[in-house]
Amino acid sequence: MKLKDLKADVEENSLQQALPLEKPESRLKEMWEALRENNAAVVGLCIILFLILVAILAPLIMPYDPNLSDMSKSFLKPGPDHWFGTDQLGRDILSRIISGARISLTVGLSAVVISLTIGVVLGSIAGYFGGKADIIIMRFMDMMLAIPSILLAIAFMAALGKGIDKAVIAIGLVSIPEYARIVRGSILSVKENDYVQAARVIGNKNSRIIFKHILPNVLSSIVVRATLGISTAVLDTAALGFLGLGVQPPVAEWGDMLGRARGFIFTAPYTLIFPGLAITITVLAFNLLGDGLRDALDPKSRKN
Amino acid sequence: MSEVLVEVKNLKKYFTLDHDFFGRPTSVLKATDDVSFSINKGETLGLVGESGCGKTTIGKMLVNLYEPTEGQIIFEGTDLTKLSEAKRRAYSKDIQLIFQDPYASLNPRMTVGDIIAEPIRINNLLPKEKIESRVTYLLNCVGLANHQRNRYPHEFSGGQRQRVGIARALAVQPKLIVCDEPVSALDVSIQAQVLNLLDELKEEFGLTYLFIAHGLNVVKHISDRVGVMYLGKLVEMAPKKELYSNPMHPYTQALLSAIPSVDPNTKKQRIILSGDVPSPINLPEGCRFCSRCFKKIEGCDRDEPGLKEVSPGHFVACKLY
Repeated sequence: MKLKDLKADVEENSLQQALPLEKPESRLKEMWEALRENNAAVVGLCIILFLILVAILAPLIMPYDPNLSDMSKSFLKPGPDHWFGTDQLGRDILSRIISGARISLTVGLSAVVISLTIGVVLGSIAGYFGGKADIIIMRFMDMMLAIPSILLAIAFMAALGKGIDKAVIAIGLVSIPEYARIVRGSILSVKENDYVQAARVIGNKNSRIIFKHILPNVLSSIVVRATLGISTAVLDTAALGFLGLGVQPPVAEWGDMLGRARGFIFTAPYTLIFPGLAITITVLAFNLLGDGLRDALDPKSRKN
Repeated sequence: MSEVLVEVKNLKKYFTLDHDFFGRPTSVLKATDDVSFSINKGETLGLVGESGCGKTTIGKMLVNLYEPTEGQIIFEGTDLTKLSEAKRRAYSKDIQLIFQDPYASLNPRMTVGDIIAEPIRINNLLPKEKIESRVTYLLNCVGLANHQRNRYPHEFSGGQRQRVGIARALAVQPKLIVCDEPVSALDVSIQAQVLNLLDELKEEFGLTYLFIAHGLNVVKHISDRVGVMYLGKLVEMAPKKELYSNPMHPYTQALLSAIPSVDPNTKKQRIILSGDVPSPINLPEGCRFCSRCFKKIEGCDRDEPGLKEVSPGHFVACKLY
C-alpha cells in the first residue's frame, strides 16, 4: 500500500475510531489481573494480609498478656486453654506469637527496604557506569562480604547502640552487598542490549535509562532476592536478640522465642514448633507473592 | 548538488583491548581508521563492507553511542564531537538510528505505543494531549494499525518490530537516519517491504539516510551514492550508477561479482577472494587489502594508498589508479 492511501486510511480511522484499542485497561489493572490468576500468589497475598491484620489488631485478639509469666503454668501442652501451649515461664505462646507478628513483620520489611534501596542504587551505579565507580563500590562491598555478616551486624550495633530499631538498621546495612552484587550482575547482562542503546539514541538521560529501561528488565532477580531477604532479616534479628542486642526481654519476637526454646526441643517441642511455623509461613507467603509479582510484571509470561 | 547535511572528517575509533602496567595501550583495535565523507540533504549514502569493517562503528558514532577517538562530525555546521554531553544529547532529535536486530532493539517491558511515544515525551516535542494522535499517525505511516498500540513487542513478527523501530526513529522528526543493516535480520520477502517503506518515508518526511549494509545488492536499491569499506577504511566511493558500472577497487569488483545474476544466460566472471580478512588488531603495513588482492603490484605491501578522485565524484584508494 502506498503511503498516500495509508494516510487517507489514517484520517478515516481517526474520524470513525474504526477499531477500538485491544487492551484499553491501565497497566496497573493489567498486572493485578495477571496476579489474580496466579493462585499461589493469591494465597501468599492472603496470608500476608492476614498477618498484617493480626499485627494491627494484636492487643485486641491476644487471649492472654504475652509477657505475664506464671511459673505454675509453665510447659503446658497445647490444649483448649492454651492453643499453642505455654513456655518455660508459663507465658501463652499464641499470645506471644500474635504480639511478635508486629515486630517480626516490621523488622523483616524495613531491613529489606534499607538494603534494597541502597543496594539497588550502588549496584546500578557500579554496573551501568563501570570503570572507577565500579571498582570503588564493588571492592568496598567485597570488604563487607569478607566479614561474617552477624559479626558485622554486631559491630554496627556497637556503634549504633542497643535496641530493635538499631538492629533493623544494622541488618539492613549488612545485607547491602548481596543486593548490590545481584543488581550489578543483572545490569551488566542487560546493559549491552540494543534497546538500552536505543534508549540512549532517542535522548534519554542516564538515570532514566537505568530506572525505565534497565531495572524493569532485571526485576525478577531482585524481587526473588528481596522476598528471601525478609526471612533472612527475621532470622538475623533473632540471632541479634539471642546475643542480647536486638529485642530486649520480655518483648516477644519470633526469632527470639525460637532461640530461647531451643533447650526444650525434646521435652517441649511445641515451644519451638509454633514460632518456627510462624516464621516459615511468613517467609513462604512473601516468596509466593514475590514469584507471582515477578510473573505479573513480565508481559511475556502474562497469559492473554 | 544540494547543501551538505553532515560531514565526517578523519573519523577514527580505536578500541584499546589491553594495556600495560602503566596504562599505555599495547593492543589496539582500529575499528574505524581515518574515514571522511559527507552526506547531502535528501540523499541516501550506502555504506557497505563485510562484518567487522567498521561501518556500524561509524553509525554509532553519529548517534552518540560511541565517542570518536579522533576526527570531527560536522552536522549542519556544528562539530558534534566538541559539544558537552547535554548539548550533544539535544542533537539526538536530529540524528536517529534504526537498529539491525528488531528482536533486541525494543524494550520487552514497554508497549509499542509507549516505545514510540517515549522519544516525543523526553524531548518535550509535543504537548501531552497531542502525543496520542501523533503515535497513531506514526503507526499508520509505518503500516501498523492503531489498535495494536497496547501490545508488547513479543506479540509482533520481525518485520512488524522493525516497523516499530522505524516509527520510533521517526517520532522525533529527525533530519538524518542511520539505518544499521535494517533488513539483514529479516527474511527476504519482508526485506523488500521494509526497503520500500524506507523509500516512501524518505520522500514523505524529507529524510536523509546513511544506509549501512553488508552486501551491494540491498544498497543498490536504495542509495544515491555508495561507499565501500574494508577494514576500517573507505576504499571506494562513487555515485551508485558509476560504482555499479565501473567498479575500480579490486575489493569492490569482487563484491559486485558476488551478486547473483537474474539472467541465467549471462555468465559472470566470479571473483573469489582467497584468504581471510587480516585481524584489525596490529594491522600489516601497506594497503590493507593487499593480502587478498588479485591485482597486487609491486609496492602494495609498503605504501598505504589514500583516497583519490579519479573521475568527478568517484573516489578510490588503490595504487592502480
